[in-house]
Amino acid sequence: MRGFSELLDALIFSPRRNVKLAHLAGWLRQTPHPDRGWGLAALTGDLRFAHVKAGVVRELAAEVSSPELFALSYDFVGDLAETVALLWPSEPQPGEEAEDLRLAEIVTRLNAIPRAEVKGVLAGWMDRLNVAERWALLKLATGGMRVGVSGRLARTALAEAFEKDIGEIEEVWPLLSPPYDALFDWLEGRSGRPQAEGRAVFRPMMLAHPADDGLAENFTPDDWQVEWKWDGARIQFVSAEDGVRLFSRTGDDISASFPELVQDMAWKGVLDGEILAGSPQKIGSFNDLQQRLNRKRVTSRMQQEFPVFIRAYDILLAGEADLRNLPLSQRRQRLEAEMAAIDTGWLDISECLAATDFDQLVKLKEQSDPRIEGIMLKKRDSLYIAGRPKGGWVKLKRDPKQADLVMLYAQRGHGKRSSFYSDFTFGAWRDGDNGAELVPVCKAYSGFSDAELKKLDKFVRDHTLNRFGPVREVEQKLVVEIAFDQLHPSRRHKSGIAMRFPRFHAIRWDKHPEEADTVEQLRQFMTRDNS
Amino acid sequence: MDWVKIDKKGLSVLPAGAHIDPLSACQTALITHGHADHARPGHHQVIATPETLAIMAARYGDDFAVIKTPLGYGETMQLGDVQIGMAPSGHILGSAQIILEHNQTRLIAAGDYKRKADPTCAPFEIVACDIFITEATFGLPVFRHPDPQAEIKRLLKVAGLFPERSILIGAYALGKAQRVISLLRAAGYNAPVYLHGAMQNLCDLYQAHGVELGELRPASISERGKPSKELQGAIILAPPSAMHTSWARRLTDPLLVFASGWMQVRQRAKQRGVEFPLILSDHADWDDLLATIEEINPREVWVTHGREDALIHACQTRGISARALSLIGYDEAME
Repeated sequence: MRGFSELLDALIFSPRRNVKLAHLAGWLRQTPHPDRGWGLAALTGDLRFAHVKAGVVRELAAEVSSPELFALSYDFVGDLAETVALLWPSEPQPGEEAEDLRLAEIVTRLNAIPRAEVKGVLAGWMDRLNVAERWALLKLATGGMRVGVSGRLARTALAEAFEKDIGEIEEVWPLLSPPYDALFDWLEGRSGRPQAEGRAVFRPMMLAHPADDGLAENFTPDDWQVEWKWDGARIQFVSAEDGVRLFSRTGDDISASFPELVQDMAWKGVLDGEILAGSPQKIGSFNDLQQRLNRKRVTSRMQQEFPVFIRAYDILLAGEADLRNLPLSQRRQRLEAEMAAIDTGWLDISECLAATDFDQLVKLKEQSDPRIEGIMLKKRDSLYIAGRPKGGWVKLKRDPKQADLVMLYAQRGHGKRSSFYSDFTFGAWRDGDNGAELVPVCKAYSGFSDAELKKLDKFVRDHTLNRFGPVREVEQKLVVEIAFDQLHPSRRHKSGIAMRFPRFHAIRWDKHPEEADTVEQLRQFMTRDNS
Repeated sequence: MDWVKIDKKGLSVLPAGAHIDPLSACQTALITHGHADHARPGHHQVIATPETLAIMAARYGDDFAVIKTPLGYGETMQLGDVQIGMAPSGHILGSAQIILEHNQTRLIAAGDYKRKADPTCAPFEIVACDIFITEATFGLPVFRHPDPQAEIKRLLKVAGLFPERSILIGAYALGKAQRVISLLRAAGYNAPVYLHGAMQNLCDLYQAHGVELGELRPASISERGKPSKELQGAIILAPPSAMHTSWARRLTDPLLVFASGWMQVRQRAKQRGVEFPLILSDHADWDDLLATIEEINPREVWVTHGREDALIHACQTRGISARALSLIGYDEAME
């Protein structure tokens, strides 16, 4: 518990990913098994105790202090578990080094006892621990660490700690469960890699690079497969002996959002593709798709109102055969052959486009269908390699739409930008009750150089009107050309519009705020898009 | 008990014609300690310990008051109808409890105080009295400040993990900074400690008063160019306000530390954007507030500033009469 609580504090207060990684990797190397496995599970939210309810913290709270003092304390601290940890009356004396409470002991015990005994057992442990450890214990027992460790970060730390390829760890991860005996046996060379054959688990995906300037010269049509880049959500479709599942680009199981796509089927294999709204015959907008994303349950009415389908790009596995080490040209042939064998209305194949030279590519990407973001170029000889391998896939996005907007608020960034104001809110004009007013339309925090960031930061510091916690309201005087991909109607935003992927295009130090665009002008992008 | 009252300048001692730590310029000021929210410039006469007068002169210039009346620990003087005395409060160098006697009643305005050991100032002294005026900055039972030496060891351990990063400790320039340095020295840290420009003056003053701080060097970083290699892995002290400025940004990947009693609460520490919260306070924590009140055992406790609700509740449950003075204008950010 000692090392674990120190790790938690280090993670909470480390602003940067690579510092978090260093702490996590160090802890994974130093902590004995199975404590490290249980700790890892706790960090990634994969540790649950059936008999420990969050209410137990309230029950403990009633014992540590009078109700008046507890209420005043909780009001100040804001976190129940932390309040209890701080108020806990007994404290181990310095020098009185009691034997450390091991995570494995906690897990074994909490799994073995009935609910009625949980409070007493926790209280007994609390007496042996210091403040930070008490807090860690309560968070561990009740779940919900919230220390900024994603599954991906944890797996990256594992890769770093044991000098393995992150792709390999991603691949085996879905097969594992806490405390990950098989994983550590493999990482430490005591056994082979756990095998995914026949299981409906996520396989790490291959991702594309943005196009660079060299592409125009190096584009040789015969070497590249050209496809539309659809504005949907990238997915992986897996059908195996133990079920059919749909995964997001990051490996999250999103099957529950799309029950109509994960029915049992005779075909087995793994497809890479895009999920889109509508049907292959009539593709819907991204906004329609959003009605279906991130839902835990979907009614049949939702399924009818906002139908979805999968457009397949690639094939990773066909039956038991792993195709990832074949070149794309052969995978594409196999994909076409397999598609004929899958008889369903919600699956089709991504069309290959013909382009004889780069100019044609540029024309293709500028075509006006708003459901297309641009084009994808894939080397015909590329193998399917997890991550973003060099020289594999390239995305060529359509030139974005732009608007002149006025900076309204600024917030400090994270990581290496933590001392700079680098996250900005922008507004457009509209007629308000008291004349023209600026109303927020988007937030943007990318697209500027380091030198520009310094100037922006200085502008914010020199023109602050108000502070609201970490946010500063600035004088409405700086115009920025914001590029964006699309506009959608939104009831959540005051302006009635939601902007997709807004980013800096140019800072217009020369422009006056009165020259910025109006909400009405922005709406025209929307009508054009959705027609 | 009607000879000490609150008015818009703060705590007024009527038969002496004086105010304690007045919030704006007044005729006669009794100053408990040198922090800027308690010791303001512009009074006609200032009565304070010699150390506090020296601190005020260092900050505001020699003409900070027309009449400067030193009153050392254990000394007394008559002011109007009131006898005034000073006793150490253990907060910072020169900090004093002001002892007031009038009509056979003794009242103590303790100012800011702490009970934990601090080699940079004289320890708090228990003086019996009828009315004890206490602060309540950390007047909640969640505040039980850990052993300062253990905190410094924790810091040095983490600093050892990142030998290439500068350790930037935000600490209030008067009191906290010198305490951090003396704790580092006590923990065996003998390397030079680097100071932000705003720190030098007061560290010199402490050293002139016999507080050992070891070797101190200016943390000068030029506008242009890289910070010198010297600062990598070094410990640098700066006022909290400098931690997110362009000065701090020029350091190599600084590990941000903030030394304050508030760091005990995670959200507070997170809001500050610190990577390492160093729980180190110059105020009494909850246990010490209660222990002090119980030891003095006054007839009445008045609570000036801080979280007075909980402290008053705790006094009353112990059978000690207590009330809030609700003094405003004292800045908790200085902790």
